[in-house]
Amino acid sequence: MRKSEREIAESSRLITRRVLMLGAIQAAVVSALGLKLRSMQVEHADEYRMLSDGNSIKIRLLPPARGLILDRNGTIIAGNEQNYRVTLTREEAGDVSAVIARLRHIIPMSDRQAAEILEEIRKRSAVTPVLVADRLSWAEFSSIALNAPALPGVTPEAGLSRSYPRAGDFAHVLGYVGPVSDYDLSKIENPDPVLRLPEFQLGKVGMEAKLEEALRGKAGSRRVEVNSAGREMRELSRQEGQQGATVQTTLDAGLQNFATQRLGSESAAAVVMDVTNGDILAISSSPVFDPNKFVRGISGPDYRALMEHDHRPLADKTVQGVYPPGSTFKMVTLLAGLESGVINSGSRFYCPGYTQVAGRRFHCWSRGGHGTVDALRSLELSCDVYYYELAQRVGIDRIAAMARKLGIGVRHELPMSAIAEGIAPDRAWKRARYDQEWQVGDSLNASIGQGYVLASPLQLAIMTARVATGRAVAPRLVRAIDGQAEAVPEWPELDINPLHLRTARAGMDAVMNGSHGTARRSRITLPEWQMAGKTGTSQVRNITAAERARGVISNDQLPWNRRDHALFVCFAPYDMPRYAVSVVVEHGGGGSAVAAPVARDILLYALADGLPPLTAYPESERAKVQEMWSRMNLTPSARKGEGRARA
Amino acid sequence: MSYLDYHVAQVPTGWRKILYLNWPLVFLVTAVSCIGFLMLYSVSGGDIDKWAGPQMERFAIGMVLMLALAFVPIWFWRSISGIAYVVCVLLLVLVEVIGHVGMGAQRWLVLGPIRIQPSELTKVAFVLTLAAYYDWLPVEKVSRPLWVLIPVILILLPTGLVLMQPDLGTSIMLIAGGGIVMFAAGVSLWYFAGVIAIVVAGITAVMESRGTDWQLLHDYQFRRIDTFLDPGSDPLGAGYNIAQAQIALGSGGWSGRGFMQGTQSRLNFLPEKHTDFIFTSLAEEFGFVGAGSLLILYVLILGFCLYSALTNRDRFASLLTIGIAGTFFLYFSINMATVMGMLPAKGSPLPLVSYGGTSLMILLMAFGIVQSAHVHRPRG
Repeated sequence: MRKSEREIAESSRLITRRVLMLGAIQAAVVSALGLKLRSMQVEHADEYRMLSDGNSIKIRLLPPARGLILDRNGTIIAGNEQNYRVTLTREEAGDVSAVIARLRHIIPMSDRQAAEILEEIRKRSAVTPVLVADRLSWAEFSSIALNAPALPGVTPEAGLSRSYPRAGDFAHVLGYVGPVSDYDLSKIENPDPVLRLPEFQLGKVGMEAKLEEALRGKAGSRRVEVNSAGREMRELSRQEGQQGATVQTTLDAGLQNFATQRLGSESAAAVVMDVTNGDILAISSSPVFDPNKFVRGISGPDYRALMEHDHRPLADKTVQGVYPPGSTFKMVTLLAGLESGVINSGSRFYCPGYTQVAGRRFHCWSRGGHGTVDALRSLELSCDVYYYELAQRVGIDRIAAMARKLGIGVRHELPMSAIAEGIAPDRAWKRARYDQEWQVGDSLNASIGQGYVLASPLQLAIMTARVATGRAVAPRLVRAIDGQAEAVPEWPELDINPLHLRTARAGMDAVMNGSHGTARRSRITLPEWQMAGKTGTSQVRNITAAERARGVISNDQLPWNRRDHALFVCFAPYDMPRYAVSVVVEHGGGGSAVAAPVARDILLYALADGLPPLTAYPESERAKVQEMWSRMNLTPSARKGEGRARA
Repeated sequence: MSYLDYHVAQVPTGWRKILYLNWPLVFLVTAVSCIGFLMLYSVSGGDIDKWAGPQMERFAIGMVLMLALAFVPIWFWRSISGIAYVVCVLLLVLVEVIGHVGMGAQRWLVLGPIRIQPSELTKVAFVLTLAAYYDWLPVEKVSRPLWVLIPVILILLPTGLVLMQPDLGTSIMLIAGGGIVMFAAGVSLWYFAGVIAIVVAGITAVMESRGTDWQLLHDYQFRRIDTFLDPGSDPLGAGYNIAQAQIALGSGGWSGRGFMQGTQSRLNFLPEKHTDFIFTSLAEEFGFVGAGSLLILYVLILGFCLYSALTNRDRFASLLTIGIAGTFFLYFSINMATVMGMLPAKGSPLPLVSYGGTSLMILLMAFGIVQSAHVHRPRG
């Protein structure tokens, strides 16, 4: 059967008509597609481009290296060390427990640690790297890198971590860094985003905290492309960060080491100050702790041991500790008397061993009394009655004013934590503090540095420096930041008659070098380093009349925490003062017996810039000193000058 | 109707047929496929073995099959169209029984080393059947209700089976493809108007049914509709694909980000980037210029097919060319409209470009039949 021509023509006509209609519909659809394409890719391309970049480009911060802290000679006392650590990413690891098991052949890890890490990995997102181990040795680190094919998802990373090469020597003054806590972040108004990096370290206390801004540096950044799972695919650009500023301190690593070793296990503090410019050469609080432990995350038992230690190793006794200065305060009372004109250097008082005031007996430390005492002898013998008499005539307000002039009861700004102000009490202070009137007995106690008077070892060093120079020397800890020297101010004159200061200094000289000087045993025998000083023994308890009747109990028989504090302040050379030193030994006993030898040794080390020649010591002391040096656990560089000592 | 209708003597024979191929169509199909290889290479991140290589192999086989089918006389296709239809329906039943489950629906049939999608095969086979039916039917009878009912049943039988897989997308493609053949054959426009009215009413009913006991669609299908209506509403859930696809597409701009530089596709923000969403990768890397060029190539393929159909006086050849071209048109326009957010996402490949063996080979075989129609067209 064949189709007729008519049929074929009819069919073709019909198809042609319908195909044209179909074509028109299809053309309309294609036009719609084309227009939509044009609208998205040409008109709105910028919006989509922005969304696309937001999707795929992330900015990652590069933590800056923390600035170094140097001593005055350029020795690094706070640096950065490579910290080798490994992280694990679940997404890449696959079978996490198998990978951990293999990793344990390389890194020692207890079952509990392994379980904790597994738990942590389970909790985190699959693409977040979780820290598995840090502070690895180079051998462990390279072994992991070598075995990478068998350890999928394990990434060895090298980062920087703070380290304190001098261990405990600078623990209190420098403080330490630690990981940034939520509490830290909450205290900062606009926290630098770098603080949110998981391994970032922030200064927690001490100079590390106070100079945080300078030490931190500026974060660098990397622009990286990430995939939809957040995994990094490649680096687009990199801008290196800027290391924090190098801070050069005024401290001397050798002297600091010597001072710390000399204080030993005592609960004590020592401050060495250059009186000419205020530089703090050593500022040591003992016992010390190892700040590196805090950086690495201190263990519970270690931390408890530090907290429960009755010598309070974590406290910085040099600036946070305040003590009744005892007889070291007598220069203040004497200068207040001389300046007010109530006495002159020749004025004498009679010491029968006590003073009777307002029906109460105030005893001199010498029960038998010192007889007739003038200004010079009052310091040499440390006669209390002289000052009881003086205080009644001068009045507390003028004593307090002199104390403040010499730096006690005044805050001194240093880049250290919790600096205490101390107390220079006067009538107004007592009224404000206790709402009570000042009593004459209060003045007597204050005159010999007891009662309400409190001073920190730093303040005692400042007081000594001011007496030695007659200038308002203030302490300095920072010598230069990034090579830019901090200017030394021209310290203003103290507005104290130089003659009166000379009297006070002569009295301090007599303490060391006078025939009856209370610290004569600790004198320096080299004339060019002649030393002047003042002892102090401050009670931490009241001696009752009953006790006194029975006879004052000697310190040795008391429990440690009820013994007297031993204090000593000194400077040298006498005629051209260079260094001032203060030493406080908590519950150490007598200032002359305990604190003075310590202060003398530290002062000599500063003067000699190393171990001093033995000729600087009185003959009777030399064998003891040499024996002590050999016992001390000094760093090799701090032993400089030892040969000279033997010569 | 028989082969006697053809002026057999005037039809080229033997190897001479090769001169009478619709060569522009061959080149266009090859060009589009090459764009596909390029994009598959790009989205695999430069790994030729991943997708581009296998695709090229299948293309080579497909081209050989296309040329082989082009050499087969057109009347052979008409003769087997009934058998092809029955085989396809049987395969659809078989896939329902033992089919391999992929992407939440039963679509694959694994026969030894070959994996086939009977629904793909059906798209071509039932066009043959419809074309043969209208070739047989006298022109004046095409709009009579009884003669309209027969092709409607021929369309609805495989459509129903595909819908059971369940594959709504392919079902709609089958209905639309069959509709195009019926339309071209000259069925009265009133029928089409009626169907459109019923569909609109049906959609309204479906949307109204949501949440009721007699809900007519799966929940996931409703969610796709939601996503389509507002892709931004849930950018990390159901709308993620569409939102990311649109970002990729739009961010290409005028000239694109450059070959292998598309961040959206390379960084896995794009789902199914080698199959359903490959157009967005192309648009991202080659911009409006590249995407527009592909659209123009598609239109040219469509145009050459329709021109071939218009100039072919054989009703069967003409109708099957229109049907295959129409199916091809549905393929690319639905895919493009989907990734551009003009239609709900339903998972259809971009013809000749998306990675996928069955789809590519069946398409090339379909073009082989179109070539056969072209080579063996009545002359004189």
